[in-house]
Amino acid sequence: MTTFKVNGAARSFDGAPDTPLLWYLRDEAGLTGTKFGCGAGLCGACTVHVNGEAVRSCQTLVSDIAGAEITTIEGLSAKADHPLQQAWTDNNVPQCGYCQAGQIMQAAALLQSNPAISDAAIEEGMYGNICRCGTYQRITKAIRQAREMMK
Amino acid sequence: MNMIKNISHQKLNRRTILKNMATGSLVLGISVTGGGFGLPAFAETSGPFNPNVFVAIDPDGTLHITAHRSEMGTGIRTGLPMVVAEEMNADWARVKIPQGDGDKKYGSQNTDGSRSIRRFFDRMREAGATARLMMERAAAKQWGVAVSDVRAENHEIILKDGSKRMGFGAAAVLARDEAVPEVSELTFKARKDYRIVGTETKIIDLPAIINGTTTYGIDGKLEGLHYAVIARPPVFRGSVKSVDTAAALKIPGVVKVVEMPSLPPEGPVFFRPLGGVAVVATSTWAAMKGRDALKITWDNGPNATHNSADYMKTLDKSCDGPAKFVGRKQGDVAAALKKAETVHHATYEVPYLEHATLEPPAATAVFADGKMEVWAPVQDPQGTIMAVAGVLGVPEPDVTVHVTLLGGAFGRKSKPDFVVEAGYLAKETGLPIKVTWSREDQTRHGFYHAASVQKMSAGLDKKGKAIAWHHRLAYPTIMSNFMPDPQVAADWEMCLGAVDLPYDIKDITVEAMPAKAHVRIGWLRSVNNIQQVFAIGSFIDELAHKAGQDPKDYLLKAIGAPRAIDLDAFEAKGNYGEPLAKYPFKTKRLTNVIDLAAKKANWGRKLPKGHAQGIFGHRSFLSYIGMVVEASVEAGEVKVHRVDVAVDCGLAVNPDRIRSQMEGAVIFGLSLALLSEITIENGAVVEGNFDGYRLARTDINPEVHVHLVESDELPTGVGEPGVPPVAPALCNAIFAAIGKRIRRLPIGDQLA
Repeated sequence: MTTFKVNGAARSFDGAPDTPLLWYLRDEAGLTGTKFGCGAGLCGACTVHVNGEAVRSCQTLVSDIAGAEITTIEGLSAKADHPLQQAWTDNNVPQCGYCQAGQIMQAAALLQSNPAISDAAIEEGMYGNICRCGTYQRITKAIRQAREMMK
Repeated sequence: MNMIKNISHQKLNRRTILKNMATGSLVLGISVTGGGFGLPAFAETSGPFNPNVFVAIDPDGTLHITAHRSEMGTGIRTGLPMVVAEEMNADWARVKIPQGDGDKKYGSQNTDGSRSIRRFFDRMREAGATARLMMERAAAKQWGVAVSDVRAENHEIILKDGSKRMGFGAAAVLARDEAVPEVSELTFKARKDYRIVGTETKIIDLPAIINGTTTYGIDGKLEGLHYAVIARPPVFRGSVKSVDTAAALKIPGVVKVVEMPSLPPEGPVFFRPLGGVAVVATSTWAAMKGRDALKITWDNGPNATHNSADYMKTLDKSCDGPAKFVGRKQGDVAAALKKAETVHHATYEVPYLEHATLEPPAATAVFADGKMEVWAPVQDPQGTIMAVAGVLGVPEPDVTVHVTLLGGAFGRKSKPDFVVEAGYLAKETGLPIKVTWSREDQTRHGFYHAASVQKMSAGLDKKGKAIAWHHRLAYPTIMSNFMPDPQVAADWEMCLGAVDLPYDIKDITVEAMPAKAHVRIGWLRSVNNIQQVFAIGSFIDELAHKAGQDPKDYLLKAIGAPRAIDLDAFEAKGNYGEPLAKYPFKTKRLTNVIDLAAKKANWGRKLPKGHAQGIFGHRSFLSYIGMVVEASVEAGEVKVHRVDVAVDCGLAVNPDRIRSQMEGAVIFGLSLALLSEITIENGAVVEGNFDGYRLARTDINPEVHVHLVESDELPTGVGEPGVPPVAPALCNAIFAAIGKRIRRLPIGDQLA
């Protein structure tokens, strides 16, 4: 039995300890905002925060998160009003939308760890998140906007 | 297949629709949703009287406009309802957009070929104008005035002098007794009066996307849901020789192992699943572990000797032999080449490609009491019904297809093999089943964009003008899925950038060379334009340099004087399934977008050291795109700095979504130009995940500037047309920068 918190609520899991956090969140907790894209840490669609740090939930086992605080897209902000979510709206970033939760969670951790992040570091920090629709121009613009909003 | 071929579509039954629209005003207050799947935003507005229609209005005035086309990222769920709301003079803030199930009553729902706007713009106007007229008539009757004395404005019916007003909710209740007007009775708004169409409108799903509450096909939730993954034969048409399931069945959570039917060794396969062995479990993870534990011996079947490297040689050789079909024969190319001052040859190669939607194929199915219900991210829900019914032997009326959001599609989700898999397992096990494909499954079991070799020859006169053009095409046809071994490109495939050549050249031959298919061939965003426009766009640039002329000037001169290209005159027929009279190929629109892109990019300006520009323009899917790419090459690495895209797609419905489609098309085009390649060895795909099948990431993030042409032409689509010019414009820029001509995609490490 592993216990941890997801979006502030206490949770426990007594299934196979090698279950990736991704599949716990999606199949057990019903939090399908976190997406499966590759299962190998290569696309970033499954990005969530573990104790505030961005991780690929497909590469994070439930057994590794005992006592940790997990934040998913559903818990990023109470009213979907995180500066990034506002900047995403202002810039009409998504197309199909599938990768966007992972993009936002990755960007949120980047801004959290470095509020004055440079434009180049934004591109570098988002390198691991694939958007097949090709919204990179708007993603990076929205992150720059959120960076200014959070100052 | 029917993306372009099938030009017929179901006639909407106007009377049924509008009667339903009217009754909707009464019943929608108690509308029900799609049960336990977690699809409230996507359930149809349906009630005891089944008003499954385009337009329905609640008594409180909430306007429901059903989206019947699939949302894969183009914004169509927003764009078409905008047209309805426009004609109603509705308040966009009071619009809700349920998603229609697969149902013939909507007309075609086959969302591909960049044709949702062009095929349904008028129908949406009619749906809106009809609703408006019925409410106007009902209000006029109520007030005892002439219909001409009332008008709809901002979600109300208003008496001429403003003394009386009635909200849409109240008007709709009265309107249910109105006779449904004929189209001839309708009036339509003038474009100058549009308040919604043509405005930058946010997509309706944006709020749910950014808070993670959307439902894609992979997100199915049902009581008692079981999860399945399938080990498919590594080689197309392979089958299971033997399977040892003991270890798999020991994995906690694994419930069942089910062998899937194999494909026959030859003949068309349509959208039948590939076969293999399915593992059904209580979680996706258990199913995946169970699959890993299967011990399967495969019979690799007739394609086990297929190797893509050898196949390219076969296609190359095919180009030197006799043609299977001459798609365009104009004048005498052989004679013209003989008398040309200069003759130039080039061979272009493009590999197999896969769609790599970020949401892999996934579908949920329930089979009970002889009825099949599925939830799936499909581009063609009616085609999905046919496939599920046809393969599984369930009558079509007993198959229900609910359409979720699509996490990318690009043509992959036109092919419902994965939905049939879910249906098969639901039927075999009696359990609610969700099938999820892994990334490796998707990369290795796709419907691949055809590998191709094209040989081009041109003759130039003394002034460098092209006087002869010979284009030979060798690639397996998409029709190989649907016909017994055709081995020759279809008319419509040849007409995607090869036969429809707009250059003013006297002697032209375009030929399809024989090519046998060894994998499932599918359509990928912009289809054969990918390879054919890479060839025609690169080759014209080669000729410009051969002639020592500016590539932009040379391209414009090659297109020549304004005229309409008579596509009907060619042997291979194709105008994207539309009559030429309605959608002529006007070269002026093409030269205009090329000029505009060049102007906005400041073509020929002094660039930073090492940078260069490349240009191309192309008409596809009836829209016209001009493009200038600015790139540099340093230490063998291509850097794309800026792309200017000029777009003439007729009337612009939602300009922001046109821009976003172009921005995305540039990245899509850069992925295939720079990185992506499917390799096949001994019949099996080598690449598996994104480390092998590579896509553009944020290091490929040029400034993209989109320039819309103000146009009164009929609206045409934008999902695909941005893709084809990217590869040639990029490669032309690379040549201008370093003098190296790229003739094989992807560029990969060719410049190292």
